[in-house]
Amino acid sequence: MPVITYRDALNQALSEEMHRDDRVFLMGEEVAVYQGAYKVSKGLLQEFGEMRVVDTPITELGFAGVGVGAAMVGLRPIIEFMTWNFAVLALDQVLNSAAKLLYMSGGQFNIPIVFRGPNGAALQLSAQHSQAFESWLAYVPGIKVVTPGTPYDAKGLLKSAIRDDNPVCFLEGEMLYNTKGEVPEEEYLIPLGKADLKREGEHCSIITNGKMALLAMQAADQLAKDGINVDVVDLRTVRPMDVDAIKTSVEKTNRAVVLEEGWEICGIGTQVVDYIQRECFDHLDAPVIRIHQADVPMPYAKNLERAAKPDIPKTIAAVRKVMYLD
Amino acid sequence: MLLQRRFEERCAEAYALGKIGGFCHLYIGQEAVSTGSISLLRPDDYIITTYRDHGQALARGMSPRVVMAELFGRIDGCARGKGGSMHMFDKSLNFLGGHGIVGAHVPLATGVGFAIKYRGGDQVCVCFMGESVVNTGAFHEALNMAGLWKLPVVYIIENNRYGMGTALERASAIHDIFERGSSYNIPREQCDGQDVFAVRSAVREAIDRARTESLPTLLEVRTYRFMGHSMSDAVSGTYRSKAELDEYMKRDPIMLLRMQMQEQGELSEDDLHKLDEELKATVQDAWDFAEQSPEPPLEALYEDVLVDTTSDQIAEPVAAD
Repeated sequence: MPVITYRDALNQALSEEMHRDDRVFLMGEEVAVYQGAYKVSKGLLQEFGEMRVVDTPITELGFAGVGVGAAMVGLRPIIEFMTWNFAVLALDQVLNSAAKLLYMSGGQFNIPIVFRGPNGAALQLSAQHSQAFESWLAYVPGIKVVTPGTPYDAKGLLKSAIRDDNPVCFLEGEMLYNTKGEVPEEEYLIPLGKADLKREGEHCSIITNGKMALLAMQAADQLAKDGINVDVVDLRTVRPMDVDAIKTSVEKTNRAVVLEEGWEICGIGTQVVDYIQRECFDHLDAPVIRIHQADVPMPYAKNLERAAKPDIPKTIAAVRKVMYLD
Repeated sequence: MLLQRRFEERCAEAYALGKIGGFCHLYIGQEAVSTGSISLLRPDDYIITTYRDHGQALARGMSPRVVMAELFGRIDGCARGKGGSMHMFDKSLNFLGGHGIVGAHVPLATGVGFAIKYRGGDQVCVCFMGESVVNTGAFHEALNMAGLWKLPVVYIIENNRYGMGTALERASAIHDIFERGSSYNIPREQCDGQDVFAVRSAVREAIDRARTESLPTLLEVRTYRFMGHSMSDAVSGTYRSKAELDEYMKRDPIMLLRMQMQEQGELSEDDLHKLDEELKATVQDAWDFAEQSPEPPLEALYEDVLVDTTSDQIAEPVAAD
């Protein structure tokens, strides 16, 4: 099986879906002539022309709305945000237009649109460029929120997102673009709303999503050296959330650590823990522990940034704590 | 125009009786704008508007029954009772809705124009908005792209002088707001919004430009609302005087049209009376229909949040048109 980068996996998904369906187009800042701020759209302008790969001015609210309008009348836009940090300017169109038009119109206008771009912190980009937005978006009914953590998931989920008849927010990882993984040559799709058990173990469940799945796998490798075997449940889609996968894993291991990139208050982990206490109360052998970003804007200094982010030692410590080993 | 007027007079009555709830923004005084512009459109053209949307919905041909049922929050409403006054939609008429966030629908109109151009069609999208929209960022972002990409959209500013209670002069650094189009190299005009023929003439030119040259237009139509901003707003006395209101009411668009038609012998008193009675009966029928329509069943609460997805299907390729 070919081993390719997360970036190329996304690029393949875009290209394949644009070949498959003439209604699909890509719009955003620097997607065309510049070939993508992160080169995810490399070659697409040459392949599909300027009507289908459209550079916009720096005008997030505007072009997000252009996408929603085009989707109302039958096109299937992919709106690229250079990062989700900039998409805050466009949230009105995501939350008030895309997410609500089907409901407000009594089922007349579905909005088949994908909003996508890198999410969360990279390295030393400081406070305004280092935020994970999945919990903001997942709060809102009427949209789906997808956070792929591997090249395989990135391609299969993006293709499904583009074919979905609903608005989908697709949150990529800036630090994942260069990561590599196996991606089959033949076509495949991954259904939205299904978690993936990325590693099996009997001692504890690490429930995570997006970029943190990679970190969870690395922590699991180290834990295994001490004879601690964990389930790594990668939610992949945080709305809708795969409650069954969480339940199955926690009922098996009786212990859970929830690992997410963003802040603590009202984060994705809050929802996961709520499911666990309702669905698995009698199965728990320890309180659930959450790992998340420190409750501060992201600092610039290397040491402070490192201290603010979830990491492997924090994850290992949490697993050991719920197992009452420390 | 008269249908819109008679319909909304009854809306005010229904609101007072508690049959219509929430926010309800009446269009009375501005009817020449909807009628003058929408009467020029083809069935395959598109319309998108604000929360002050009853008049345009009726002008586009939405059934008064369905609009009234929506206002009453009933299952036979255009949005199954889930949208209410501010969110009239009719996909079959390319009526893309009443939108509730000031300015937010203007980029949507630009997107519709983009889709028309993408498909190589010759339709037009008409986007109605109040004058307060010109101070939002969304308006400027949308117009810039329409000018940049040469999209077939007619942006119609219904300048009724007040954004809620704030007069244009207290909100905008320039007062000839059609000039805002100059920043985006968009053809721009101003016209009298109380004279339905003046509206038609200006909109016709804009539609031709969009259809034949794929160019946007920013049209400022000077009108006036005879009612408050919404039902909770006094008609006059706070931000505008009774004297001002009276002065503008001398140019009631329906009265002006009636005088013109009568002068030209096109409409007798009897004809007018007969028409008026017919329309009142139509509105009464809409009221009765709405009242008899059931409330949405409770299972509707969770319907229409998402549509069933096709994501697990590997279907055949699809063409844009």
